Amino acid sequence: MKDQTEHESKQPLLEIEGLRVSFRSGRGTVVAVDGIDLQVMPGEALGIVGESGSGKSVSNLAVLDLLPKPQAHVEAKTLEFEGRSLLDLPPEEMRQVRGAQIAMVFQDPMTALNPFMRISGQMAEVLESHTDLSKKDIRKACVQMLDRVGIPDPEQRIDAYPHEFSGGMRQRVLIAMALLGSPKLLIADEPTTALDVTIQAQILELIRKMKEEGEMAMILVTHDLGVVAEVVDRVLVMYGGRVMEEAPTDQIFLAPSHPYTKALLSCLPRLDGEEERLEPIEGNPPEGMNRPPGCPFEPRCPDALDVCKKEVPSPYTVGEGHVSYCWLYEEEKSV
Amino acid sequence: MSHPTDVLVSVENVVKTFPGRGGAWGAAGEPVHAVKGLSLEIGKGEILGLVGESGSGKSTLGRCILQLHRPTSGSIRFRGEELTQLKGASLRRMRRHMQMVFQDPYASLNPRMRVQALLEEPLLIHQSMSKTQRKERIEELIALVGLTGEALVRYPHEFSGGQRQRIGIARALAVEPEFLVCDEPISALDVSIQAQILNLIQDLQRQLNLTVLFIAHDLSAVRHISDRIAVMYRGELVELGESNQVCDDPQEAYTKRLLAAVPQRWMSLRSSE
Repeated sequence: MKDQTEHESKQPLLEIEGLRVSFRSGRGTVVAVDGIDLQVMPGEALGIVGESGSGKSVSNLAVLDLLPKPQAHVEAKTLEFEGRSLLDLPPEEMRQVRGAQIAMVFQDPMTALNPFMRISGQMAEVLESHTDLSKKDIRKACVQMLDRVGIPDPEQRIDAYPHEFSGGMRQRVLIAMALLGSPKLLIADEPTTALDVTIQAQILELIRKMKEEGEMAMILVTHDLGVVAEVVDRVLVMYGGRVMEEAPTDQIFLAPSHPYTKALLSCLPRLDGEEERLEPIEGNPPEGMNRPPGCPFEPRCPDALDVCKKEVPSPYTVGEGHVSYCWLYEEEKSV
Repeated sequence: MSHPTDVLVSVENVVKTFPGRGGAWGAAGEPVHAVKGLSLEIGKGEILGLVGESGSGKSTLGRCILQLHRPTSGSIRFRGEELTQLKGASLRRMRRHMQMVFQDPYASLNPRMRVQALLEEPLLIHQSMSKTQRKERIEELIALVGLTGEALVRYPHEFSGGQRQRIGIARALAVEPEFLVCDEPISALDVSIQAQILNLIQDLQRQLNLTVLFIAHDLSAVRHISDRIAVMYRGELVELGESNQVCDDPQEAYTKRLLAAVPQRWMSLRSSE
């Protein structure tokens, strides 16, 4: 897609090809992720946008091998981190990747911390398992990290329990914990969704700062296009377990190419009150079971063609780094 | 501050304090002052947006107006009638005119009841209708919220979140209320579904000349749907005015902070098209 020289000079940090995740349940097999490709370059911030059921969270959990084992089935042509395959990595080695190489921040800061442990103990665990630092150095590193993420008075606060922190402060603690292992990739899954708007803005500011300071790459998973616009370089739009569109962030807003992205943007109310009436996307998102063989957005798509029902579209390059998975462009080409 | 000419609901100096909880081993904690002496009026046929962060008291206020919480002090009048003193049958009679749409359509519908029964229940309680009249009304309701008659024989779990919220709205509208309190009706829904529900509320409001208190934390949605916006912070009303005025020219520091926190870069990108 991009020119070849760039590809050779820079190896992607994370490379996924043909990732498929399915869950077995009593009622049948649910396909949550149906063949996605994605790449994250070192230091890059990628946003994955999608509604519930789009497979955005599941794909990231699959990368970290965090899905429940007998039920979840993960396949991929390629799933590589720094050129090393993460598929079938022994549990012990996977643990070394998690936390030290790839860290994760979850949505709900209320449940992600152990309520019975002081922050100091929970933070120390990260360094105890990934470094040989002394107890004293570990504490020092933790206090420094809390200071970096903007927790006031970190020497005292580190000995507090999670319930003594507000939601926003807890999310700061979780970000601090994720950064402790100096990961090369941070996956943040809806990190601001559970927070109030004013707190959300603070956390976004913090994430942006962390990204700019370090050479860390980031995947930001969210349903909120507004959040994506503030933080990431590139956006992947997912729907029904598939990628719909991939583009540099500004292009997603300035020149969306996929009918789903266009529809999603036009159903958002604007704070400047420009629109008279919202244009909703009619119908409902697809369920994981009995997916149609074609494009998952076809039943709701205003521009659907006959072929959309039957076959999955192949990626079509619309611009530089801008790819659309839509048959409309194939049609245009042949006309 | 702007005032409605034809007032339907008037809230005067309402205080709601919850007894303290959460002290260790049952000891009483500090009382929670959820609403601290708040006054506002809601005009007939208007959509008043109520915004604030979690803990600001916006839901408590909505519930106080419907007498789902009894205010600690103050007065709430509906069509001029004082609600805070009403009890039993006379309160039930008033409830017919004011209904609520809840945030979580997964939790607010009885999972063991078919949609038919869910919509019939309020009719049995509030209306003296024959069986055929009820059946007609139920069919009318389901069409009103954009679902088909086929939905009536199904259970809530067979529907998506957006469809469930439609059912919740149909249930609230069953007894032909004049006043609707919508408490975060779209925040549990997917982005592509939120617009459907916002449009539905807007259409129904026009069609039935409803008065709506629309409680939400999402300022863009509130601005889109509301005639006026009230901003709450820590139990107090900090600003109230026409939607455009509150969003374009906020007077209070807190409103400004709230507006500044909304991610807006995408809008400027879209506008430069």
